[in-house]
Amino acid sequence: MEQRENIGLDRSCATERCDSPSRRTFLLGSAIFISSSLLLGGCGGGNSTREPVALRFLESDERNFIRAAIDRLIPKDGLGPGAVDAGVDVFIDSQLAGPFGQAAGIYMSGPFRLGAKEQGYQLPFTPAQVYRLGIRRVDEHCRKTLGNVFAQLKPDQQDSILHELEDGKIDLGEIPSPNFFNLLLQNTKEGFLADPIYGGNREFAGWKLIGYPGPRYNYTDHIEQYGKPYDAPFVSLGGEQPVTCRLSDSPTGRFRGPGCEYAQMPAKVHYDALTTTTGKVWPAGNL
Amino acid sequence: MARKLPEVDVVLVGFGWTASIIAQELTEAGANVLALERGEWRDTVPDFSVTHIQDELRYAVRKEIFEQTRRETMTFRNKSDQLALPMRELGSFLPASGVGGAGVHWNGQNWRFLPTDFMLRSHNEQHYGKKAIPDDMTIQDWGVTYEQLEPYYDKFEYLCGISGKAGNLGGKIQAGGNPFEGPRRREYPLPPLKRCAATVLFDKAAREVGFHPFPAPAANTSKPYRNTLGVQMGQCTYCGYCEWFGCANYSKASPQTTILPVLLKKDNFSFRTHSSVIRILTDSDGKRATGVVYVDQNDREYIQPAQMVVLCAFAHHNVHLLLVSKIGVPYDPQAGTGVVGRNYAYQVSSSVNVTCKERLNPFMGAGALGQVVDDFNGDNFDHTGKGFLGGGYIALWNTGGRPILQEYLPKGTPKWGAGWKKALHEDYLYSTHMQCHGGVMSYRDNYLDLDPTYKDNYGNPLLRLTFDFHGNEKAMSKFLTDRATEIANAIPNRGINAKPREGDYSIVPYQTTHNTGGAAMGTDPRTSFVNPYLQSWDVPNLWVMGSTVFPQNAGYNPTGTVGALAFWAADAMKRYIRNPQPLVQT
Repeated sequence: MEQRENIGLDRSCATERCDSPSRRTFLLGSAIFISSSLLLGGCGGGNSTREPVALRFLESDERNFIRAAIDRLIPKDGLGPGAVDAGVDVFIDSQLAGPFGQAAGIYMSGPFRLGAKEQGYQLPFTPAQVYRLGIRRVDEHCRKTLGNVFAQLKPDQQDSILHELEDGKIDLGEIPSPNFFNLLLQNTKEGFLADPIYGGNREFAGWKLIGYPGPRYNYTDHIEQYGKPYDAPFVSLGGEQPVTCRLSDSPTGRFRGPGCEYAQMPAKVHYDALTTTTGKVWPAGNL
Repeated sequence: MARKLPEVDVVLVGFGWTASIIAQELTEAGANVLALERGEWRDTVPDFSVTHIQDELRYAVRKEIFEQTRRETMTFRNKSDQLALPMRELGSFLPASGVGGAGVHWNGQNWRFLPTDFMLRSHNEQHYGKKAIPDDMTIQDWGVTYEQLEPYYDKFEYLCGISGKAGNLGGKIQAGGNPFEGPRRREYPLPPLKRCAATVLFDKAAREVGFHPFPAPAANTSKPYRNTLGVQMGQCTYCGYCEWFGCANYSKASPQTTILPVLLKKDNFSFRTHSSVIRILTDSDGKRATGVVYVDQNDREYIQPAQMVVLCAFAHHNVHLLLVSKIGVPYDPQAGTGVVGRNYAYQVSSSVNVTCKERLNPFMGAGALGQVVDDFNGDNFDHTGKGFLGGGYIALWNTGGRPILQEYLPKGTPKWGAGWKKALHEDYLYSTHMQCHGGVMSYRDNYLDLDPTYKDNYGNPLLRLTFDFHGNEKAMSKFLTDRATEIANAIPNRGINAKPREGDYSIVPYQTTHNTGGAAMGTDPRTSFVNPYLQSWDVPNLWVMGSTVFPQNAGYNPTGTVGALAFWAADAMKRYIRNPQPLVQT
């Protein structure tokens, strides 16, 4: 567990240096929809014209790594935008800052031992820690062997590094490189194909690529029209306009703290442990 | 110090399908019933509303609707000489948490088991000889027959508004249904769902290769339905968000859409959420359950006395409670003695991806919108010379084409980069997959016990799962996958990708949430924890529901049988309440 202390996880607040305190509080509240005109836009950089979004977990050099890597994993090409233009870096940053990144609902009690692959993930690191440590080690490796950090390498060099990570050929110390690579790839695909409310899939980039119309509710009149295109406009849980809103926190905002208390979602009916739905307090409420 | 609460007639551990059924039945009989649910309250409005439930990342990927391993998990190993390690992330199966249990997040694939499934050992011995069953295969008859359960299957189907087509009405085979099913007393309450493009292609191809496809029985309503309790359900809109989601449309049968609107109005029923039962209490000689201990979300402990205790939690949770409460004889795999933890089983699934020439629009679907071939389930085919017993179905389920997790790309597609992007672009709308859904026999070395090292949130040892596929299941799964590939080849396609289940069982990739056994039902107290009425042999006022009691697993989704067994047991409980004696004398 010594490694964990060295990774500097508690810096997520410090990375929000562009935020005013009041806006930061707003961001950290769970399940609040915020207008895109206030917040959205990407991280900038490259040839994107997006306004920068304040980082919530990643440091700027880490963000550079992520943008370079996801640009290789899902590149921009003749078929349309890639992961960078789709805002996948924004998505990953926000996921790592939230409960997913902190392994909020995950059993993280020791002892930690490596087992058979059939026994699944057994490292003592949260996803956020895997990213922090993994990026640092990959950059060290690239500097040592190729003279520059990953983000500064040529695309074909970056592809080679990614393949080596995927195949377990780069030593990342405590983290087997496929663990790091697979997490990055999984989150990249998530950000490209999840509902735009989470910051990725900007302007429906992922859904337009494949032809998924979004969470349309009713196909009763269409399902038997075999072989025909379905051409209703793309829609998000935030509406029909491309990326009109976003959940400010990551999806599993439900659990917090070590004891798994329930954080109450807004508009959610709360029932005390001793109250029934009919409003009766029964029977321990009399105690 | 635990607070002692006033006694109730019946306390239910958990508040999912079986608890809702037992509560409805026993409150009708006048009992004062309390359900204790470890998760939260949730209902169609506001928890499953269309404006947020159709969120693949939140529910299917981040698994918000399921139990969180930080609160409760198990350890796992393939063999008993291995060190078991915690299941830190959910993967292979997804236990529910919250009111409605897995009834909220299931697909609605609602089956009856075959008549021969209930007599697995005696039927196979009779047909293939005693030697056909390996020594370490601990399969047994259930102690209840299909004929006995038939009225209760019917009751559950009419509660849920199952959409389907009967294949066997009173022994007469019906065109359009499953010709292999056991006889049923009447048609399904609703006609089959509409078919989507992929199921039409599957149906045609399966017929071409000589099989007998039929529309899957679905707990998704093909029409508006008023159920047997007078609860109104809406017509399914094929939105494609059943599996791992709550239904926004009152179209998927769940406790919330079929029972709770009636049950929650009753003065003699109540429930408490955020209440985790950690112990079953017994009297000094261990012959009578006196209630349960539970903990609320503020770690306050309560003693809830009760005349009857019914375990209605997820399959392995029921076993865990029995073990930590030291009720029943724990199973000893070396000696082959004891019953609690014995005969854990699972299912063996494999798939065949097909990239079709015709556009499929896979996002139009429903959890149980499927076309199925049952020719190779159970003993529906002659196993002579096959080298295995049992079987499973082959189905094309079109559950909804959700883009993150349903990536059914042709063989050889790169995992990332421009090649992956191109394949997704070209193939998403044209790709589908078939599932082979096979049963798993029970074996001497597949079992549940308590872990010596790892603890849960409440300081209890975690449950330890020791499980692997045996040669029988691997041979059967290969056989099913080969049959599915025959069907796939008969569909006009641009590529096929068969994914057989190979190697040791892994806890990582999702397979099914059809975990069974650990407190089996049966006619012999030496090999079963509950009698054929799901009443404990040792503690007659303690009852166990759910797939926990399956002596081995069949090749179907379990919910239909779980529901039928709950109604069956409820009738027995009513007899027990009038005359509190063991219903089967030893």
